[in-house]
Amino acid sequence: MRPKNRLDKLFAEKNKDILNVYCTAGYPHLESTAAVMQALQQNGADIIEIGMPYSDPLADGPVIQQSNMTALEHGMSIPLLFDQLGKMRDTIHIPVILMGYLNPVLQYGMAAFCEAANKVGVDGIILPDLPIHEYETEFRDLFLSNGLHFIFLVTPDTPEARIRKIDSLSSGFIYAVSSSSTTGNTAPIEQQEAYFKKLQDMNLINPILVGFGINDSTTFRAACRYSNGAIIGSAYIRTLTDVTDIGMATKEFLNKITG
Amino acid sequence: MSFNVNEHGYYGNYGGAYIPEMLYPNVNILQEKYLSIIHEPGFRQEFHQLLTDYVGRPTPLFRANRLSDKYGARIYLKREDLCHTGAHKINNTIGQILLAGRLGKRRIIAETGAGQHGVATATVCALKGLECVVYMGEKDIERQAPNVARMKMLGATVVPVSSGSKTLKDATNEAIRDWINNPLDTHYIIGSVVGPHPYPDMVARFQSVISEEIKKQLLDQTGNANPAYVIACVGGGSNAAGAFYHFLDEEQVKLIAVEAAGCGIHSGKSAATTQLGRPGILHGSKSLLMQTADGQITEPHSISAGLDYPGIGPLHAHLYESGRAIFMSATDAEALASAFELSRMEGIIPALETAHAVFVLNKLNFRKDDVVVICLSGRGDKDLDTYMKYIS
Ligand SMILES: Cc1ncc(COP(=O)(O)O)c(C=O)c1O
Repeated sequence: MRPKNRLDKLFAEKNKDILNVYCTAGYPHLESTAAVMQALQQNGADIIEIGMPYSDPLADGPVIQQSNMTALEHGMSIPLLFDQLGKMRDTIHIPVILMGYLNPVLQYGMAAFCEAANKVGVDGIILPDLPIHEYETEFRDLFLSNGLHFIFLVTPDTPEARIRKIDSLSSGFIYAVSSSSTTGNTAPIEQQEAYFKKLQDMNLINPILVGFGINDSTTFRAACRYSNGAIIGSAYIRTLTDVTDIGMATKEFLNKITG
Repeated sequence: MSFNVNEHGYYGNYGGAYIPEMLYPNVNILQEKYLSIIHEPGFRQEFHQLLTDYVGRPTPLFRANRLSDKYGARIYLKREDLCHTGAHKINNTIGQILLAGRLGKRRIIAETGAGQHGVATATVCALKGLECVVYMGEKDIERQAPNVARMKMLGATVVPVSSGSKTLKDATNEAIRDWINNPLDTHYIIGSVVGPHPYPDMVARFQSVISEEIKKQLLDQTGNANPAYVIACVGGGSNAAGAFYHFLDEEQVKLIAVEAAGCGIHSGKSAATTQLGRPGILHGSKSLLMQTADGQITEPHSISAGLDYPGIGPLHAHLYESGRAIFMSATDAEALASAFELSRMEGIIPALETAHAVFVLNKLNFRKDDVVVICLSGRGDKDLDTYMKYIS
């Protein structure tokens, strides 16, 4: 038996100011995945989100697009990523989730993917272009039987009934997109107070992490005010671009966010 | 066998709406409302009025005598090249601009490859006084310069796209990202039978006027509404979907879809999706798709910007898999040769896309009295640079 899902453990112990940091696998270098994860764990991240690069990342802004292209040029792929993650649980003890687009996962094979993710100790999956209907009818059992949480997105424009439906199908947490936008957009998060409050007042079954546009301690704190925590992506990718010392750069970056 | 979309937006195994949540409100409204809107008497009336008075429909069905003699069949050309703006694309943009109005949208975005869809979108935006932003790959901006100028003349903003292969796929990515970032005031006019449900069905319905007219015209001209063959080129597949639409359930009518083979199907520089693709997901629907073993989308190649796309619409994937349509291809060189042949034998300069359809006359074995309809999807003004290079 695999150990209890680490996301469940985390949310049982902590329900405020949870910091989830995203990095594209194979970025900035093909072999940096492990170093990035180490650095994130050592410097205060609660969850590590690893992006599986894709040629056509529709929901992503320029920064994450570029990191996807770079990683693909380096030769990153799902099989290689599972290789890289094979021994991660010797050293990484916080929850790890994989985020990517559906097509590469389908080509790998959804069943094989869930089994491999389970085997290396992944705790959750985000596939923003997998529709609710297809998840429910084709794939849900596969995720759950492999101990994987499936994390859906909601946006300021998701109707309330649909949020309830998503909540009932979700496990792990719900990813609340701060504004209807691609990643890296910097629409002021403070203006979304009403939306975050609404989510909070809905008393959902699942914890909520807010993402998109979180890039410093002000936006991190604003996001955490009405939710269980926040997700940082583009700002961290930007930090890693052209750095030589991933550990140092990550430390400085996370200190600024949580400090 | 059904060729209609089901309630979840599938044609057989293909279709659906594989979209991130950020697109859900807009796509969902379309799913819920598109049929009732396009069936409203007021909508139908306005649509047909504009097709008649503005686009110039019905377009002629022309009996091509010299081609008929050469290929030993009764060959008819459905003259979509005579539509206002020079291609079939405007049938769809007229429909979608009326729909956008009824949804209260003030800003229109579009992707374009050959620039014909971009021009057709800029045109209807001018007609209705709406803001228009067109995404176009940098490579296509270069090779289809006349259409870029036309879009600008019509008041549209043309945004160059420099990611990926700098062609249609990448322009579509950027248009989708624009829609994600502008969910409230914007409608996305997709230019082919691709994208999330309901786009493939909606665009096919707007283009179905092509086969509706062919049927009437054939009945008038030959006494039989059904031809032996309907031939059309396939980029995303909108002119083919329109030309096939009312023949889908007429089993005796052979439907021929022609893809771009580029430098040759197995040359590594091709856009022949059914020959090179596998099932996958791109731009919001499941279809056949050119991709690596890892599921990364492959960069296609065709001399024709409108066919230079790594996928086909889900209807066509279903037509291919079910065997209802026969998929053939033409290389860059074959399309060029056919463009010259049509120009010099019938006095019609076709678009490079269209020339691919004309080429397969060389490959089919006709009986003398077979009626063959080719969908002449567009005119070749935009391609004269390429044609002149080929002459010299
Ligand atoms: C004249 C013409 N024909 C065909 C096409 C291909 O599109 P579709 O396959 O949607 O008809 C284009 C696209 O730009 C075009 O301009």
